Amino acid sequence: MDFATVIQLLDSTLRLSTPLLLACLAGLYSERAGIFDIGLEGKMLASAFFSAAVAAATGSALIGLAAGTAASLALAALHGLASITFRGNQLISGVAINFLASGLTALIGQNWFKLGGRTPALSGDARFLPIDFYFSDTLSTIPVLGPIYSELLSGHTLMVYVAIAAVPATWWVLFRTRFGLQLRAVGENPEAVDTAGLSVTALRYQASLICGLLCGLAGAYLATGMAAGFIRDMTAGKGYIALAALIFAKWRPGYALLACLLFGLLEAVAIRFQNIDVAGVGTVPVQFMQALPYILTVVILAGFIGKAIPPRAGGEPYSKERA
Amino acid sequence: MGKIHSVLAGVAALSLAGGPAMSEPAIIYDIGGKFDKSFNESAYNGAETWKEQANGDYREIELQSEAQREQAIRRLAEAGNNPIAMPGFSFGTPLNTVAPEFPDTKFVIIDMVVDQPNVRSVLFKEHEGSYVVGVLAAMASDSGTVGFVGGMDIPLIRKFSCGYVQGVMETNPDARVIQNMTGTTGAAWNDPVKGAELARAQVAEGADVIYHAAGGTGVGVLQAAADAGVLGIGVDANQNYLQPGSVLTSMVKRVGSAVLSAFSDGPELETGIVEMGFADGGISYALDEHNAPLVTDEMKAAADSAVEKIMAGEIMVHNYLTSDSCPYG
Repeated sequence: MDFATVIQLLDSTLRLSTPLLLACLAGLYSERAGIFDIGLEGKMLASAFFSAAVAAATGSALIGLAAGTAASLALAALHGLASITFRGNQLISGVAINFLASGLTALIGQNWFKLGGRTPALSGDARFLPIDFYFSDTLSTIPVLGPIYSELLSGHTLMVYVAIAAVPATWWVLFRTRFGLQLRAVGENPEAVDTAGLSVTALRYQASLICGLLCGLAGAYLATGMAAGFIRDMTAGKGYIALAALIFAKWRPGYALLACLLFGLLEAVAIRFQNIDVAGVGTVPVQFMQALPYILTVVILAGFIGKAIPPRAGGEPYSKERA
Repeated sequence: MGKIHSVLAGVAALSLAGGPAMSEPAIIYDIGGKFDKSFNESAYNGAETWKEQANGDYREIELQSEAQREQAIRRLAEAGNNPIAMPGFSFGTPLNTVAPEFPDTKFVIIDMVVDQPNVRSVLFKEHEGSYVVGVLAAMASDSGTVGFVGGMDIPLIRKFSCGYVQGVMETNPDARVIQNMTGTTGAAWNDPVKGAELARAQVAEGADVIYHAAGGTGVGVLQAAADAGVLGIGVDANQNYLQPGSVLTSMVKRVGSAVLSAFSDGPELETGIVEMGFADGGISYALDEHNAPLVTDEMKAAADSAVEKIMAGEIMVHNYLTSDSCPYG
């Protein structure tokens, strides 16, 4: 494998990791506040559809992004309503959101565009186009550093950079601000937060909406950045991989970046090298590479590589009265 | 033509008016969806053409999962639909099970042979069409490297790739063909993001013409090729319009005309194996206003002479299905 191939592979890794990373951070906010969210997949899908549909209609990827995010926020609010206000089961609410998004996007898509649930192909300003860094052409001739700068770092769409910037931002918000402390507390010990005179409900809603916002970005990136239009069920399990990455990362932003990059790398490798020959083992089939993220997550959950302990109050609706 | 059809349909409607069984034709679309801009959409267009010509009506089912195949065929047959068309090799096994249960119903399967007395199996000579677009790809390529992106890794798609590689190599023996398959499950027909990634990877390796035989996944392949400023080649339907000026040509497989002729023949259609190729217009390469600037006179002449030689038997294009192997790598 030569240097150019490695650069190509890492370049592809960045692109493929971005939706995972955004969704993973979305889940991180929500779960840190004690709201389990299986519905990442559904929120991404809804955002992917509405961003592509509105971008197709208006010709603007930014208006599409706003519409997609709004759709994702609406589903996040619904999840909040079911699991915070009405204290329903968070897992069931999340699964319902996934089904709702999968069915609704196909139905509305067919009704609007008559293309079997897909949106028209986007072109020009209706898509997020690659951003080329300054001097990327002139600097590309410098050995080693040139290709890293011009091929690997430059030339991605806006959302890739947003996703990476969101990692330190999330760390700062969660671990260096008062809001972050309250958010984490509400996921560990909501009674204490309540005793301190803060609203558990308000904090959890805020976390849910931040989750919706990030899922919205992830979905819009899928439909208007990575691809050029929406197709039915285009998230293809990315929401679940993001959940796996979240567990793998033990609910920490820095590790989340690493986990998503690892899962993205596995996907990029599986795409480029369909059958990998490993000396002494024989040929590793591509299916194994595709299953690897899940296998790694199971290994983590089984406690082989450290222990993944979820926020203590995760999954439990909070009620003031003791039963 | 249209008139005869409408008269026939009128007669058919009259004769059936009293009976309970409605002999409407029906079609089952494969996973990937009715509007995949490719294989299924071509079948859909054929059915729509029949609807206009015969002024008739037909029923349709769009599959959502593998488990529904047998159920869908049985449901339509029980409802009295006749004939029932199903484009897609995956229907082979379920149809083989269901067909004997409804001996009076005629079934049409495309891309697969089902040996039952009431089944018409329509095959296309995709290897020959792929050969011709391979000739065009080799001539259009500046780098001498061309690519192929297949959908699901099955012998039928290998038939495309093998013919393509033969066409490329016999035009430019020094050429290199990069081949990739999208996956090994039905999902590989509807994954444009992955198709785009594969195309980008091939472009990075130097490919400047990329042929896809990947259904809906191919939309992403053509998109990525256009984004990267290289040429794509469409498949099944004429896809030149998808990225005007960036699609060299399309290997057109008239799935629609197979559906149209099945529907027009009605319940009395002849069964057995039907093979469609260049001679009967079942296969062709697309030339229209979208790719006119890309195909030079010299290229067109070469492609047309390849078509003639194939029809005359002077060029033998290897059919992957006969040997389960491809001598061209």
